[in-house]
Amino acid sequence: MKTKKRNLSDLSLDLLKVLFLAFAVIICLYPFWNIFIVSINDANDAMRGGLYLLPRKLSLSSYADILGRSTFQHSILVTVARTLIGTPLAVLVTSALAYVLSYRDLVGRKPLNVLFIFTMYFGGGMVPYYMVLKNLGLLDNFLVFILPNLLSVYNMILVRNYIESMPEALFDAARIDGANDLTIFFRLVLPLSKPIIMTIALFVAISQWNSWFDAYLYTNSQSLKTMQSILVEILNQYQTSDAGAAAANRMSQSITPDSIRMAATMVTTIPIIMVYPFIQKYFVKGIMLGSVK
Amino acid sequence: MKTKTAGAAVAVRHSKSIWQRLWDQRYLMILLAPALICLILFNYLPMTGLYMAFTNFTPRGNGYLQDLLGAEFVGLDWFEYFFSTDFWRIMRNTLATSLLTLLFSFPLPILLAVLLNEVKHPKIKSFVQTATYLPYFISWVIAANIFMTFLSSGGIINDLLQAVHLTDKPISFFQHGPWFWFIIAIANAWKGLGYNAIIYLSAISGIDQDMYEAASLDGASRWQKIWYITLPAIKPTIIIMLILAVGNVLNTGYEQQLLMSNDAILDFSDVLDTYAYRYGLTNGMYSYGTAVGLFKSVVSFILVMAANAISKKASDNDTALF
Repeated sequence: MKTKKRNLSDLSLDLLKVLFLAFAVIICLYPFWNIFIVSINDANDAMRGGLYLLPRKLSLSSYADILGRSTFQHSILVTVARTLIGTPLAVLVTSALAYVLSYRDLVGRKPLNVLFIFTMYFGGGMVPYYMVLKNLGLLDNFLVFILPNLLSVYNMILVRNYIESMPEALFDAARIDGANDLTIFFRLVLPLSKPIIMTIALFVAISQWNSWFDAYLYTNSQSLKTMQSILVEILNQYQTSDAGAAAANRMSQSITPDSIRMAATMVTTIPIIMVYPFIQKYFVKGIMLGSVK
Repeated sequence: MKTKTAGAAVAVRHSKSIWQRLWDQRYLMILLAPALICLILFNYLPMTGLYMAFTNFTPRGNGYLQDLLGAEFVGLDWFEYFFSTDFWRIMRNTLATSLLTLLFSFPLPILLAVLLNEVKHPKIKSFVQTATYLPYFISWVIAANIFMTFLSSGGIINDLLQAVHLTDKPISFFQHGPWFWFIIAIANAWKGLGYNAIIYLSAISGIDQDMYEAASLDGASRWQKIWYITLPAIKPTIIIMLILAVGNVLNTGYEQQLLMSNDAILDFSDVLDTYAYRYGLTNGMYSYGTAVGLFKSVVSFILVMAANAISKKASDNDTALF
């Protein structure tokens, strides 16, 4: 009798578990799958609707079209450049700061910490920030993707906590051997904090890749358009074109605004989906370190 | 805290003059310099621009500080203007968006983490984790794209509703003002589900396994173990997350709003951030945009401090941010 009751209670938990987890997985993965199958399906055929699980008629002409546009090609360059240049520089500036603030006997350590951490909770807001960028000559300048993103106080705290958990004797020994702080930072701290450095590098890289608003707000040259900004332009066309369908009817070709949108979305997302399974363990580690505090 | 242990050594070093110590730490200062310059340029210099909120600011091209100091002082006029015009509508939208977001995105990650902890198969566990935090890593541009596609007149949600005969003709989800709050809330919850669950999972992983074994010996069911061991153990984490959420109640974000909204529902989609952006930068009312932003920053700051103080007082084990 008692075991039967137990079984029933366990069963209800297992049922809830399976249902909820399956639901969570489906709502998180299916949208990407759906966009993928629509993007590789023939555009005119896709307009019949009903594409849910598998493509009906394969065609890569949407990809050929979007990848053949010079504006999109250029935007890939801009996005890759801001990610590849911005990430290592940001990691260097942030981890150097982390090392400095982890040094116990630092002159003015407490006020410096407060000065940095305060900015996590208070700031000038969008308009003053814009004015400052304008006066620094950073508007419509590639450097606006790099310089304002060099320092992240949140990432700094992650690295600082990691460095503080290392044995102090290690650094003392190096100092006794005559190493100065630059040597210690580059030869000792950076290599030893590789796990957390990887984590914040990935945080920065993903945010550089995904960033849209800075390109939208601070640049207007065609030559500085990122992949995300091109995608927004395509999205806006879709909105204004009466849900895409009417315009698509007029385009009796192998591509439609819809199919272009799906293909562009995939091209922007695929790099993230590809690297993501390999890097996710670092993310998990980073988030956990951050939450422990 | 840590300095106490090294007290003796510190005392010796402190006998040097501050200049001597600065000289000793010159290489540290070199490492500090880039971050300090960034902090001043991109964090503290913009704070001086908050003065714009009390003036009639127009950029004259004489340089940032000159323009700022040369602007006509108008006191609290912009704030009065805000409170007497759009304040209630904007606050309603802001609070509706963020409270609905809290409603969806606060309990679900806890549920996900607790149920994931019940999965014994490591491969399945890591697959579910990997799948659920994928949305966190894609941009808002793509997330907005997904939501607008799925909710469009020929989208999957409408197909589904029509298939089960809940509706005869497609619903225009983006044409009903208050629905937008729900759409944003659900989008936020979708994007943050897996990510927030990791934080609870890490708290759960810190629970002493002996407690579960002892409970099993006493005949506790799995439900009881969740209720009496797991949930109390992650309570401090839940409180911290709640503090953060309360402190961020005015920070609804703007990317998702700007990307998914349209003119027809602007009265409902406009929140503090987008409103400050629209007036401050799009319409060139710099001072007004700054004033609205400053109002938001000050209230947010007070909220975080208050929430932190309350949680410090309410809990005996120092559940606080700082």
